Amino acid sequence: MASLPADTEIVAALRAGDEAMFAALVDAWSRNLLWLARSYVSTDASAQEVLQDTWLGVLHGLGGFQGRSSFKTWVYRILINTAKRRGVRESRTVPWSSIDGGEPAVDPGRFRLGHWREPPAAWPSAEGEALVREAGEQLARALATLPPRQRAVIVLRDAEGYSADEVCELLGITAVNQRVLLHRARAALRNRVERYFVTMAGRP
Amino acid sequence: MRCAEFVELVTAYLDGALDERSHARFERHLRRCEGCERYLEQLRAVGPAVGALPPQPLPGEDRDRLLAVFRDWHEA
Repeated sequence: MASLPADTEIVAALRAGDEAMFAALVDAWSRNLLWLARSYVSTDASAQEVLQDTWLGVLHGLGGFQGRSSFKTWVYRILINTAKRRGVRESRTVPWSSIDGGEPAVDPGRFRLGHWREPPAAWPSAEGEALVREAGEQLARALATLPPRQRAVIVLRDAEGYSADEVCELLGITAVNQRVLLHRARAALRNRVERYFVTMAGRP
Repeated sequence: MRCAEFVELVTAYLDGALDERSHARFERHLRRCEGCERYLEQLRAVGPAVGALPPQPLPGEDRDRLLAVFRDWHEA
């Protein structure tokens, strides 16, 4: 990710009308903001409107940014509040607690009497950046198709680097819900990468 | 511990959220089971890989609309 300057510099540049700075923020943050919005509203178009209202709210509220949290976290909070209001209007009020706890991380057919029939095959690489070089496209596609709430949690934890406690606080969910969503998300991505490597290995 | 149970506990283990007894059972299984050791290693790699994915820019017209919002705000 292209590095952005310190929060105070960002805020000063926005106040001064620095469009290049605004564009840099939009380019770096929009996808993850959109995905988080999408976990509260029912369509992509709606999430897009939430994103626009969020940036508008951020700009109008700039004077109120006190630096108690990072600027990005402050933007995330505005997005979440905006998306929640919109979700209520759409009467999309499925609580975060009523989430899928059911599906297992690994296909039950992979086990016999609870143990691996065939243990997972080794991957050409099981290290973050090398994995992206080998299977980045599959990962990105799997991420894009995750259920929105799972995606919101894995993006906040693994892409944005928030702690489990911070994610619970931001989203207003319990530690158990947070963990279940994160686990489902990571397991789904691992499964996708596994299928890809198995397919590649099977090719002449 | 069975492998089917192990794979469900990996995220809790990585977050240090297992109670003492489960933690001990988890690690005992881990020492003995190569398949689960590999599963743990692969699941652990997913997080940093997600973090290393390049940011995806918005479609041009959505981006343009946001930049217009910024210009309007600054001119107002």
